[in-house]
Amino acid sequence: MKIIATDREGAEHTLKGRDGWTVMEILRDAGLPIAAECGGACACATCHVYVEDGWYEKLAKPSDAEIDMLDMALAVEPNSRLSCQLTCAPELDGIQVKIAPE
Amino acid sequence: MSTIETDVAIIGAGPIGLFAVFELGLLDLKAHLVDILDRPGGQCTELYPEKPIYDIPGLPVVTGQELTDRLLEQVKPFHPTFHLNQMASGLEKLPDGRWKLSTDADEHIIAPVVVIAAGGGSFVPKRPPIPGIDAYEGKSVHYAVRKMEEFRGKNILIAGGGDSALDWTINLAPIAAKLTLVHHRDGFRAAQHSVNQMRELAAHGKINFEVASVKALHGDGGHLHAVTLSNPEKKEWEHACNTFIPFFGLTIKLGPIADFGLNLTENLIGVDTAKFQSTTPGIFAIGDINTYAGKLKLILSGFHEAALMAQEAFHICRPNEKLRFQYTTSSSNLQKKLGVA
Repeated sequence: MKIIATDREGAEHTLKGRDGWTVMEILRDAGLPIAAECGGACACATCHVYVEDGWYEKLAKPSDAEIDMLDMALAVEPNSRLSCQLTCAPELDGIQVKIAPE
Repeated sequence: MSTIETDVAIIGAGPIGLFAVFELGLLDLKAHLVDILDRPGGQCTELYPEKPIYDIPGLPVVTGQELTDRLLEQVKPFHPTFHLNQMASGLEKLPDGRWKLSTDADEHIIAPVVVIAAGGGSFVPKRPPIPGIDAYEGKSVHYAVRKMEEFRGKNILIAGGGDSALDWTINLAPIAAKLTLVHHRDGFRAAQHSVNQMRELAAHGKINFEVASVKALHGDGGHLHAVTLSNPEKKEWEHACNTFIPFFGLTIKLGPIADFGLNLTENLIGVDTAKFQSTTPGIFAIGDINTYAGKLKLILSGFHEAALMAQEAFHICRPNEKLRFQYTTSSSNLQKKLGVA
């Protein structure tokens, strides 16, 4: 599967997703500037992304823990998600995410 | 201002800084720790105090808080001194070869060895990405409430949905001329009783609550007059206020360590893998802040690094003494230091 990620400068990156990995891990390993301070524990809100172009609705709903943690994210929009809570899967092939400002 | 002389100054009181105290203590080296947070534990207590950690050798499961508590118990015999709520702000080499580590609270620690165990750097408040916000910081935008009196009579806007946002909404409401809480949703991660209290205040017109985001700040010379709020229903509107307090928790920034004149690679300090010393003699880096071939950012790696660092720190602090390598299981000398013999 592919992930289309837009960085904070607006540049688009096509990344190879790996089933079972989180989107945060793919972004981080590609060297994109995602802090992910807590390492994927849904405890810091520094892997915040906007899920774009209709993909938000195709995702499993955020857990209560993620909704709560988004309260600590900056510039939250209706399509905000924490990328450590998004798991790569074939049905998400082509998912578009934009890294939120820090 | 105070100046302290010791053997080792440690920047960062997270798990690795704490274990460094232990390893140094076994070699009779005294340590002072500086940390920007108000309690020891670093990321373990700040980010995941209640989350389980499963990869600490010998502890099948331990939370961030429990690990910190156990490390504090382990270092107790060595009486480390904590300088909390302070940022390590400057590092200077003295003519006698020792280092002077300064903090933003004007404390100075003089030591032959400095150990940087700062993780990703300093925890600092998250700054909303609103254009031009820096011009207002310290004048009308504040990330903490230190003296409540400074907020008396102000027209305050608080943003956020966590405990700090709710607690300060409740505490400042009686002294503010007007207070508005703004949050991106009508739900909060804060404690339920605080949420209930806030809703009560809103119901009685003591505060306003808006589901919205802050998009822009308006004012001049650092003095705020209004902000632009926005939500999907009402679109954008101006809201008059002269004080803005965003509460979005903390994030980690490298901070002043970047200016210590050390060799940095992508905000990490390069070290050798025998001593975990930086390219500057006497300055060591252990834990998440260092980098070397094969580095893994794991707590257990930092523990190992602390033990090796301590050996070299001994040679620097006690150049005329021979290091006697001993085991805690068999050495009555070490057991005495630990207070168990």
